[in-house]
Amino acid sequence: MTPALGIIIGVFVLVVALGLAARRGHEMNLEQWSVGGRGFGTIFVFLLMAGEIYTTFTFLGGSGWAYGKGAPAFYILCYGAIAYSVSYFLLPIIWRFAQARRLVSQADFFAVKYDSRALGVVVAVVSVAALVPYLVLQLKGLGIIVSEASGGVVTQQVAIWAGSAALVVYVVVSGVRGSAWTSALKDVMILAVVIAIGVYLPMHYYGGYRAMFEAVEAAKPGALTLPSSGMSPAWFVSTVLLTATGFYLWPQFFAGVYTARNENVFRKNAVILPLYQLIILFVFFVGFAATLVVPGLKGADADLSLLRIVEHSFGSWTLGIIGAAGILTALVPGSMILVTAGTILAQNVYRVITPTATDRTVSLVARSLVPLLALASVLLTLRGGETLVVMLLMGYNFVTQLFPALILCLGENPRVSAASVIAGIVAGELTVVFLTVTSATVATLLPAAPQMIKDLNVGFVALGVNAVVLCAVALVTRPATVSAA
Amino acid sequence: MRRYRWLAVLPTLGLLGGIPFANRVQPYIAGLPFLLAWIVGWVVATSIIMGLIYRLDKRNDAAAEVAVSPVDHPIP
Repeated sequence: MTPALGIIIGVFVLVVALGLAARRGHEMNLEQWSVGGRGFGTIFVFLLMAGEIYTTFTFLGGSGWAYGKGAPAFYILCYGAIAYSVSYFLLPIIWRFAQARRLVSQADFFAVKYDSRALGVVVAVVSVAALVPYLVLQLKGLGIIVSEASGGVVTQQVAIWAGSAALVVYVVVSGVRGSAWTSALKDVMILAVVIAIGVYLPMHYYGGYRAMFEAVEAAKPGALTLPSSGMSPAWFVSTVLLTATGFYLWPQFFAGVYTARNENVFRKNAVILPLYQLIILFVFFVGFAATLVVPGLKGADADLSLLRIVEHSFGSWTLGIIGAAGILTALVPGSMILVTAGTILAQNVYRVITPTATDRTVSLVARSLVPLLALASVLLTLRGGETLVVMLLMGYNFVTQLFPALILCLGENPRVSAASVIAGIVAGELTVVFLTVTSATVATLLPAAPQMIKDLNVGFVALGVNAVVLCAVALVTRPATVSAA
Repeated sequence: MRRYRWLAVLPTLGLLGGIPFANRVQPYIAGLPFLLAWIVGWVVATSIIMGLIYRLDKRNDAAAEVAVSPVDHPIP
């Protein structure tokens, strides 16, 4: 066994132990399991919210984009800052409503606001359709990291099965508490690892940041700026806006909001999180450093650039530590996804079709769904080919379709009817599917438009269809009024 | 009246509004090409701006608590 494999196995055991220990001292009813009994302070909520930015996507994809695409990667650094500045005002509103009515899921929020269980079911379906591919993405990343770091000794398949089994065990036992505890370990490791290699590699290979960027620019002219067509400034701005819009609509982060003890937690986090996400900068540095050190990774292989340059530069020990940190970037978001998906299906689908179900049964159903969801995701990870890529592309656009519904219900009463919101969401989702399946872009839809329009993110088209249908139905239906809690 | 809260739109306007003009390599700032430096600068500014709003809100909350019940902060 190489040191790398030893470290990975060690951290793996530590994660499961931490995840299980998180339960201690808490009776696990649904409210504890799903939203931590609404007792998390600034640090735990901070860790859950930071979870969105440090997934395997940022770890492998952030360096991969910097390596393969250059400046367009910078968008990853932008949408968080914008979403956090909004979160200062948005999250306390959501939290207050959820707190007063003891909500446990995002679908609950919409169902209660619009007084429509049907809307709850629609949101639940959208959520799960977006969450499962997101989990698959994390599992894929986990497989790649473990097999690379172990030098192929552990195959991707074995890693994916082992990772999912670990997830199921501690998620069923500890719920979102397990996510919070393990994310503490994750953030410490990522912080140490990413800053260390993000400082060391550019210094070691190029003598400094400026020298590194100059070498990259000389070898690949234009890599450090946005091109004038394709991933142009128009693409960049529209993609950042669209991604920031969808940021808090991911069901696991929306429910993460409910875990907070009080609303001041969000205000403090809105101050700290923008600064904190600058760690992504170091991930970019690693990707740029890899451009000239381990050249030749094409297409999807660009995502391996971080692991390859580390392998090329350090011994097995370092590779093991980085691999272990990478595993955590898959497990923590994975655990939040499982808790959320289980809760949504139990609370917003099962409870609706079985109105007599007690809280105890719903809690049991939520936890029983975890192994099933994990199994489905593993099978999709191992078997899903092209369909999977398409589903992944759709995930973010799926949750973004909930944006109009959210904005229109932030006041005391929703401004439009549940029917109009449902119609808008369904129309929006169908448009997302259509656009993704046909690989449409604004350029293919409007071939005669100016280049700037052509480069806009096509996700806005679905959001536009959603808004138009919503308005049309809203004009002929009446909004519900929410009774005081 | 908490007009200072409008400061929160600055990150979005500054960061994104400046992208077409900041899309260049030169001059390097602190070793970073200009576009990246622009973005990093705005991300840091976001934290500073939100920190400022937080402090002003705290001060106003303290002042309001004397008059109104502390649980009932008005949101503009």
